[in-house]
Amino acid sequence: MPKPAKRPKLAVWKFASCDGCQLSLLDCEDELLAIAGAVEIANFPEASRAVVGGPYALSLVEGSITTPHDAERIHAIRRSSRMLVTIGACATAGGIQALRNFKNVREMTAIVYAHPEYIATLNKSTPIKDHVAVDFELRGCPVNKFQLVELISALLHGRKPNIPAFSVCMECKRRGAICIMTARGIPCMGPVTQAGCGALCPGYERGCFGCFGPKETPNSHSLSTIWSGLGVGEQDILRAYRTFNANAEPFRKEAESHEREHHQDH
Amino acid sequence: MEAGEQFILEAARLGELLSALAHQGYEVIGPSIRDGAIVYEPVHTVDDLPRGWTDEQGPGYYRLRRRDDDALFGFNVGPHSWKKFLYPASHRLFTATCQQNGTQGAFRIVEEVPSRQPRYAFLGVRACELHAIAILDKVLASPNYTDPDYKRLRESTFLVAVNCTQAGATCFCASMGTGPGADSGYDLVLTELLEGSHRFVVRAGSSRGADVLAALTTRVASAEERELASSQLDHAAAHMGRQLDTGGLQALLYRSYDHPHWEAIAQRCLSCANCTLVCPTCFCTTIEDVTDLSGDHAERWRRWDSCFTTAFSYLHGGSVRSSTKARYRQWMVHKLAAWIDQFDESGCVGCGRCIAWCPAGIDITAEARALREAQAAGAHAP
Ligand code: SF4
Ligand code: SF4
Ligand code: SF4
Ligand code: SF4
Repeated sequence: MPKPAKRPKLAVWKFASCDGCQLSLLDCEDELLAIAGAVEIANFPEASRAVVGGPYALSLVEGSITTPHDAERIHAIRRSSRMLVTIGACATAGGIQALRNFKNVREMTAIVYAHPEYIATLNKSTPIKDHVAVDFELRGCPVNKFQLVELISALLHGRKPNIPAFSVCMECKRRGAICIMTARGIPCMGPVTQAGCGALCPGYERGCFGCFGPKETPNSHSLSTIWSGLGVGEQDILRAYRTFNANAEPFRKEAESHEREHHQDH
Repeated sequence: MEAGEQFILEAARLGELLSALAHQGYEVIGPSIRDGAIVYEPVHTVDDLPRGWTDEQGPGYYRLRRRDDDALFGFNVGPHSWKKFLYPASHRLFTATCQQNGTQGAFRIVEEVPSRQPRYAFLGVRACELHAIAILDKVLASPNYTDPDYKRLRESTFLVAVNCTQAGATCFCASMGTGPGADSGYDLVLTELLEGSHRFVVRAGSSRGADVLAALTTRVASAEERELASSQLDHAAAHMGRQLDTGGLQALLYRSYDHPHWEAIAQRCLSCANCTLVCPTCFCTTIEDVTDLSGDHAERWRRWDSCFTTAFSYLHGGSVRSSTKARYRQWMVHKLAAWIDQFDESGCVGCGRCIAWCPAGIDITAEARALREAQAAGAHAP
């Protein structure tokens, strides 16, 4: 009997996050058996407590760096991984918890915890790429499971993943959806947001929330001008950029410009 | 029946046309209201048509409005174009299998056999859209370079044109010489008359059109009715919402390659690609090769692409058009200038979709005018 080919080891790592991205992988019910057949799942906290030692062919990293301990841990993971891919807005941009980056974190821990002196937390929530080299970033809050399977398939077979960096508008138009910003005057983040969700929200007459973060060459300033024209106030424009990808540079800068204008207004 | 003879079909009998087309095995696609817009979708009865509705359009703006009559085609073009059916947004070109699990097995391409070979009848094709289809024919079905899927769909498609008796605020077909009346390329053409009784002037443009027309309950149009129909087209031509001065435009655009105005447009342009995807003549696609996890099965897909993505001009080492300025310039210069070198005509039919569906409301006619004025001012500067 031929010896079964050695399967590459896949590990999933968790940092500061809600586990939603790992759950997207678990949600790949139909594909999970095939994934388990193609790779050896060495570490996957949401699925099993067993941990198989490295090195790993592929590490999927969920979550952002928010503690001194995690800032160390990510280096060990990088050293034992041939490919390191961040999954989701937390790992890629710092996540919703990066809202702390715009406030004083000590003041916040003092309000929330009875004994803030026991809280060892960094002033900022930062993406994985600020700490170690990252081979690929999978966007989304949470990631899209089809993109996740596509990424794993592509890496296993040594091909380029089909994960475009263009706008959500492209997906809207490809599926024949009607632009809600043009036909209904609903503010939409789609023109500055990277595709990947299949234009989910515009399909339900909701403006895009920007879950997949800034697209390639985003023109956030122009979009804000359009939103103002639709009657959206400065404070709400600021909030639109301060969500899951608040710390991604184009969104952070756009929000800051509205913070300034907002303060000047008052 | 004389070739080009005009007949009257009462509006109440339009259903006969839909039935006749269905009877001949056509899947009728026509205007229908969905999600706040008039889109092109399968229509089964006259009740599916947007009776009594119109559209109000402007830069980055589109709204449905009620009319005060029962017009069935009392609107202009919406977010969809017929390329959605003739050249679908996502199309699988082939699948391939690899017999032995992931190793050096026999690789075999399985030709795509369409499970369904639709024969479309497009109902309500506007004059600018007939021209857009003719442009796509030149690009995708020329004798030298033929897209077999396009050609097959196109040849079997029956075209029912509708003349525009009103022009929209973003329309400029009169400038492009493509409308508002359909001149050729249709099987049947209708002109809707609302004065007096609600009726259509119908004319066949092909023998298969004449066959369908013969199956309908019609009468010969009177001289007054023919006159009324043509005066409505004159009225529409005189009331275009926009104009584009095409005189020397190609040379002007080539001369403007380094003009600072492109940067001014790039300040507003989102590089979102909406303009190219709504344009009825933009034909660019990308190819995606996918494998499944086992590696035993692969597929090749063709999907709509746009010169507004960085991947579009990616060569080894990076994107050739990394700036938004370069990408907007590519779009406009291709549509209005380079297309003429390639295909002996403009790539723009003046439908105005790129103006209405640009979230930033960038208006290709206004930008062309701005470049012309800037050049003129520059020429007169000391
Ligand atoms: S709805 Fe939003 S994402 Fe869709 S085309 Fe309009 S602006 Fe773009
Ligand atoms: S360039 Fe604009 S106006 Fe011209 S055909 Fe395309 S969408 Fe219509
Ligand atoms: S304008 Fe752009 S998308 Fe349209 S045909 Fe030309 S290169 Fe292709
Ligand atoms: S011109 Fe308008 S529709 Fe086209 S890419 Fe720029 S912002 Fe988008």
